[in-house]
Amino acid sequence: MAGNVGLSPHYLEAGLESPIDEEGVHDSFSQLIAEQSEDGPEFELQALARELDEEDRDYVNAYLTNPDQKPQGEVRQKPQGEVRRGRRDLDRDEEAEPLNQTAEKWSSATLRVLSSMPSRTIGRTRGAIISQYYNRTTELRMRRHSRPSIRDLHHSSRPSLRGYRVQSDSNETDGANEMKKQDNLVNNLQSLSVSDRDRMLRAMPLGVAAKSEIRRLVLCKEQISKAHGQIHCCSQLKFNVIIAARHAWYSWLSFLHSLQLWHVALKRVGGRFGTGVLSYFLFLKTLLFFNLFLFLVTGLFLVLPQAVHPPEPPPQGHLNFSGLELLTGRGYFSDSVMYYGYYSNYTLNGRSRMSGAPPNASADESASFESAPRGLSYNMPLAYFFTIGMAFFITCIILVYCMSKSFGQSFRVEKSHDMVAMKVFCSWDFKVIKKPSVALMSENISTQLKELLADVNRDHDNKTLGQKLCRLTVHCLAWSICIGSTMACALAVYYLADHMYNGRHLLAHINTMDPQLGGEASLLALPVGVSLINLLLPGLFNAAAWMEEYDSPSVRTYVAISRNLMLKMCLLGVLCYHWLGREAVESQALGQQCWESFVGQELYRFLLMDLVFTVLDTLFGEFLWRLFSEKVLKRSRRPVFDIARNVLELIYGQTLAWLGVLFSPLLPGVQIIKLLLLFYIKMGSVMLNCQAPRKPYRASQMTTIFITLLCFPAFLGASVCVTYTMWSISPSSSCGPFRGLKTMMQAGRLWVEQLERDTPSLAWLATAHAYLVENPLFLFVAAGIFLIVIYFHTQVVGGQRKIIDLLQEQIKNEGEDKKFLIMRLQSIHEKKRSPPRHSSSQDSAC
Amino acid sequence: MGNKQTTFRDEQFEAYQDCTFFTRKEILRLHGRYRELAPHLVPLDYTNDPDIKLPLTLLINMPELKENPFRDRIVQTFSEDGQGNLSFNDFVDMFSALCESSSRELKTIYAFKIYDFNRDNFICKEDMEKTINKLTKGELTPEEVTLVCDKAIEEADLDGDSKLSFADFENMISKAPDFLSTFHVRI
Repeated sequence: MAGNVGLSPHYLEAGLESPIDEEGVHDSFSQLIAEQSEDGPEFELQALARELDEEDRDYVNAYLTNPDQKPQGEVRQKPQGEVRRGRRDLDRDEEAEPLNQTAEKWSSATLRVLSSMPSRTIGRTRGAIISQYYNRTTELRMRRHSRPSIRDLHHSSRPSLRGYRVQSDSNETDGANEMKKQDNLVNNLQSLSVSDRDRMLRAMPLGVAAKSEIRRLVLCKEQISKAHGQIHCCSQLKFNVIIAARHAWYSWLSFLHSLQLWHVALKRVGGRFGTGVLSYFLFLKTLLFFNLFLFLVTGLFLVLPQAVHPPEPPPQGHLNFSGLELLTGRGYFSDSVMYYGYYSNYTLNGRSRMSGAPPNASADESASFESAPRGLSYNMPLAYFFTIGMAFFITCIILVYCMSKSFGQSFRVEKSHDMVAMKVFCSWDFKVIKKPSVALMSENISTQLKELLADVNRDHDNKTLGQKLCRLTVHCLAWSICIGSTMACALAVYYLADHMYNGRHLLAHINTMDPQLGGEASLLALPVGVSLINLLLPGLFNAAAWMEEYDSPSVRTYVAISRNLMLKMCLLGVLCYHWLGREAVESQALGQQCWESFVGQELYRFLLMDLVFTVLDTLFGEFLWRLFSEKVLKRSRRPVFDIARNVLELIYGQTLAWLGVLFSPLLPGVQIIKLLLLFYIKMGSVMLNCQAPRKPYRASQMTTIFITLLCFPAFLGASVCVTYTMWSISPSSSCGPFRGLKTMMQAGRLWVEQLERDTPSLAWLATAHAYLVENPLFLFVAAGIFLIVIYFHTQVVGGQRKIIDLLQEQIKNEGEDKKFLIMRLQSIHEKKRSPPRHSSSQDSAC
Repeated sequence: MGNKQTTFRDEQFEAYQDCTFFTRKEILRLHGRYRELAPHLVPLDYTNDPDIKLPLTLLINMPELKENPFRDRIVQTFSEDGQGNLSFNDFVDMFSALCESSSRELKTIYAFKIYDFNRDNFICKEDMEKTINKLTKGELTPEEVTLVCDKAIEEADLDGDSKLSFADFENMISKAPDFLSTFHVRI
């Protein structure tokens, strides 16, 4: 609307040079407003004009009541050279009178000049938008053609320069001009690529009708140019390909949309609890997709082929099924596609199954590879090796991508989060639609605003040395309690695992018959113990944090997260050491059949126990506690959903699942079921028992932190363990796809050797394999390059941050300049009209 | 929407998909929601772009907007006539700007328009007072509101005219990473 305001020079002149009577200025001003919002409603215009009238009357009154304000104004008008000299009295002036009062003294002419400043007309009128986008498309086109590298620094970082060309356009505001601009825009859009054009169209702040009109014109033009210019078949083909690709893209989008899980449920949670709690469920959904991917990959490449060609049935035949197997994962399940041990070490093929290689076939280890018949065949060990490897690799890429995207969104500028202005404009969560939650949110916002005001008024009091010391002692105490209890728990888990291990082997030595029911149940002791620790210790940590009394809620959250993370990492570290360091190495000596399957079963039990304990926690911690506090304590407060702790539990469960993929390819399936159950249980519990959180929750930052935690300790730890297992632990000799090999890595080498023997022309592959995969030097070099790339990227990011700082400084300077110029303008204006003003104001005063 | 009757032509769908952040299915769902508001007014068949507008009073009773303190302003901002009468295109515009994949810039522009109560292209003190009163439902005393206004303007105003222009507003929003996720209405 303001694009056509006041830019016509004669208005400006009239404002500056006809200060004879206030009425004249007013008239021109209200005329201006009328023009400014032609399509606006009539009454509002009048109201606006009235307001402005009043404002001006105030101005007159203010001028009358304290006419000595003028010298202050003059102090401010000192040019920059003198500013330093005049700084002291200027400061004093500003103390005497807050800055925002000065503006009320500004005359309408100044205000008009201000409102026509180019930076303030951005995105207001249709014409301005069109010409702004014309400029952008031109820039984009030029950049695409000449220098595609420097891209983003350009428009977003110069907000005040952006509208300059807009201004020159909007001087003539007739319809013909707008048509011309639109034509230009259409031309530009037409020469952009399809994806760029769509991006531009979507980003335009115009209505759908206007946009689709522009789009129609672009398409028309395209067709005309196609019909005119003798396009040869190549570009015709290209055009068709583009159209086909677009259709495919849209149908893909529709397909993705139909996959949009839990839309209604998520909307309900978001509507009631806002962004914070919603982020937990979104995280759960992300994990579900990760597991779905893993499950699809392992299911398609490992489980399905093996299930179609089952190996020789185990000698003892099928075991009968009792309920306990579901918990322990043994018995009926132990000889199934569920675990590593079931998979065969030969090449499956369509026609006939080869007789399985005899156990302990180290002598003819490559026999199975050699005797594979030509044709449709499926080399199971190789498939196992590459499927797991690729699955981890792709997961890693997706994770890193998610992480970087999330980082880009949330850490643009990380400082200055307790600004009042931001609280006012950015704290309302538009998602929230439930009435009580809305009431709670507005209550929270008013409390926060009051606190901020109190902060502004209160000086930061420095604590005495004694208080500081006291604080420090409390912190140290709390941390030592937490670390101590974590260590104690880790030790306890270690000794428990040790005890179980020894007991099991003792039992195995004494009687070789099948373990009894008690023995089965005792397998659950370790998972139950660990889950119990996971459940109880966070309570202790919370107590410690309560003792510490952190000032800011964010520090409190970070401390809680780091403590919980420490606990979980310690426990998992101890368990991994136990599994990979003891079970794997000593099992051969003790004559255990298949340690991989055993580890797989252990992980299955852990996963299940984690679910059971989460359910119990939800039941007792949330449901019964709510009933208790409502019925017995008669309090209306409900428990608050602890997002951080719950997300960390999800991360813990996911780490278990990743650790177990190698030993139990169906574990992602179990994890999927677990996540689905968790979703519904948590959703029900949250809706039933919890209330909306009172503290503000910085959702985007927290999501970034959680994705980082999922990537860094969780996924990295799991993949290090898996890689270590593949690389340097010898697999058990009587079961699994790698029986008889020294390490799992050997499967790849054997295949390459065989390939070399069969087709000598592929010898280079063998050398490549020998050098690239087997040689650690190459891996070191690759890792080094990777690190260097990361280092350069962080450097670039650091540089950009510096540039951002500079640009912000520049914005501030420009603001200062603008202030200075406005002052100048005002003073010139004042000087010009001061003689007649006196008479007119005296008139109005009489 | 399992019925066979066509609501939109293919070209219309393509235009919507190119100009908004919605897919085909979401457009259909939006149409369903729009029609739900006044089934006797809005036809199922939109192939020839009927000129129908729903008034503000109907729109602000949608569950997504009903409890929102800025519901009137949101609807008015997206209506072509400024009064709050929304055609289906305006309706799509509204949820497209408020949806998850909408860009920061678009959201900033519309947020600015929403907070600009008197439509003078500035967020002045009066606008801000209205915003605060709506946010807090009158929990703060007038003096506190004035204080908050002064403080907020002092922080965000870069050119010293004691009101926020779009540039000021954009600069402030760029420091609030959560704005993108909170200025979002699921439909």
